[in-house]
Amino acid sequence: MSSPVEVRMIVNGTPRAGRCEPRKLLIDFLREELGLTGTHAGCEHGVCGACTILVDGVAARSCLMFAVQADGATLTTVEGLADGDELHPLQQAFHRHHALQCGFCTPGMLIAALDFLATNPEPSEAEIRDALSAVLCRCTGYQNIVKAVADAAEKMRAAGGAS
Amino acid sequence: MKPAKFDYHAPASVEEALALLRRYDGEARLLAGGQSLVPMMNFRLVAPAALIDLNRVAGLDYVVADGATVRIGAMTRQRAIEFSPLIAARLPLLRDAVRRIGHLPTRSRGTIGGSLAHADPAAEIPMVLRALDGQVVARGPAGERRIAAADLFVSPLTTALASDEILTEIRLPAMPDNAAHAIEEFARRQGDFALAAIAVTVAPAAGGRHTVRLATGGVGPVPQRLVGAEAILEQQGFGADTIEAAAARAAELVEPLGDPHASADFRRHLTAVLTRRAVTAASRALA
Ligand code: FES
Ligand code: FES
Repeated sequence: MSSPVEVRMIVNGTPRAGRCEPRKLLIDFLREELGLTGTHAGCEHGVCGACTILVDGVAARSCLMFAVQADGATLTTVEGLADGDELHPLQQAFHRHHALQCGFCTPGMLIAALDFLATNPEPSEAEIRDALSAVLCRCTGYQNIVKAVADAAEKMRAAGGAS
Repeated sequence: MKPAKFDYHAPASVEEALALLRRYDGEARLLAGGQSLVPMMNFRLVAPAALIDLNRVAGLDYVVADGATVRIGAMTRQRAIEFSPLIAARLPLLRDAVRRIGHLPTRSRGTIGGSLAHADPAAEIPMVLRALDGQVVARGPAGERRIAAADLFVSPLTTALASDEILTEIRLPAMPDNAAHAIEEFARRQGDFALAAIAVTVAPAAGGRHTVRLATGGVGPVPQRLVGAEAILEQQGFGADTIEAAAARAAELVEPLGDPHASADFRRHLTAVLTRRAVTAASRALA
């Protein structure tokens, strides 16, 4: 009912659990209960995309889900992108192209781009721009983010798939 | 905590969900994809006593061809529709409309039934339901009933669904293989709700004629079929002057809303412009 409930999920490959009220948003659960502060809360009503994570393999706004809804789900957050010390090809491309300034939008940008490239591994620049409209950036003017995603797409194709 | 407290229920069946709706007697809200309801709850614009989450209800997520009809479960994600080969083949207008809803990450959660039940006047799926003259299936205490697109939308954010009913299925007539379609929208930013939108389908009929369906989104309080403009095109074809006349007629037929984003006059103007563009595009695609 409205009293705290137990929530279990796999986050970045690790089983995690916590207790929260049903009204606890997934973004707040990740940050406050699980200490995963890489995912950012911006607008908290679905507009900015900073909170975007993968839920069962597809990108979703974590501010528009209640944590209880993710019970049993498999999540990936920005903390789960790197392979040990090796950054994900998208992260490397963002680094190379200086695709961030303050970095607030970056977790959402990376996850939204990852999901987009999974559906469209060989995108045109226009398609990249269309996809990136899912996440707002107040610093960069987007140019370098578009370049980074295009470059990452190429590298990920060369490496054999959107992993 | 952003939303106010609520009781949370995640029923496994429609029957269970209906029983919960009855128990809360109008004080509960159904949660589908949550892409409209949760923002309103985060702002506390709505604070239901209970949420009945349909995401664990079995059997509401499907796309099937049933003769000349395509049946879509109400909890089918917009993203599933976007990538469904069946929808691409039989309802390309719906696929193109869905691609314009929000962004890929919101389409991952947003559902076709949720969009229809929410009934935002500027939303794409209600416009498509109206353009194709589809119907929805609702289940309530007295059983199942069908509601035609023309009767579903009552006013902004208000449908003919009763508070003890659940929208379970959407039925759309498959588009003929030789039909053409187009959607034209005007929005200030990518992914924003359209200030005005027009959907059109053109299907070859007997005697070299065509069947035309035109519907609006975002212009008036509910999506509207533009029958008078359709008639001009069906009788006179797709010459530039005829399209211009149909566009002018479309602008006369609508009763636009004015708001801080666009005046009523601007929306009327957009109706003509978008009708011209959409019909021109669809008639070219026919050839
Ligand atoms: S914080 Fe979720 S979309 Fe802005
Ligand atoms: S880098 Fe600052 S918001 Fe994008």
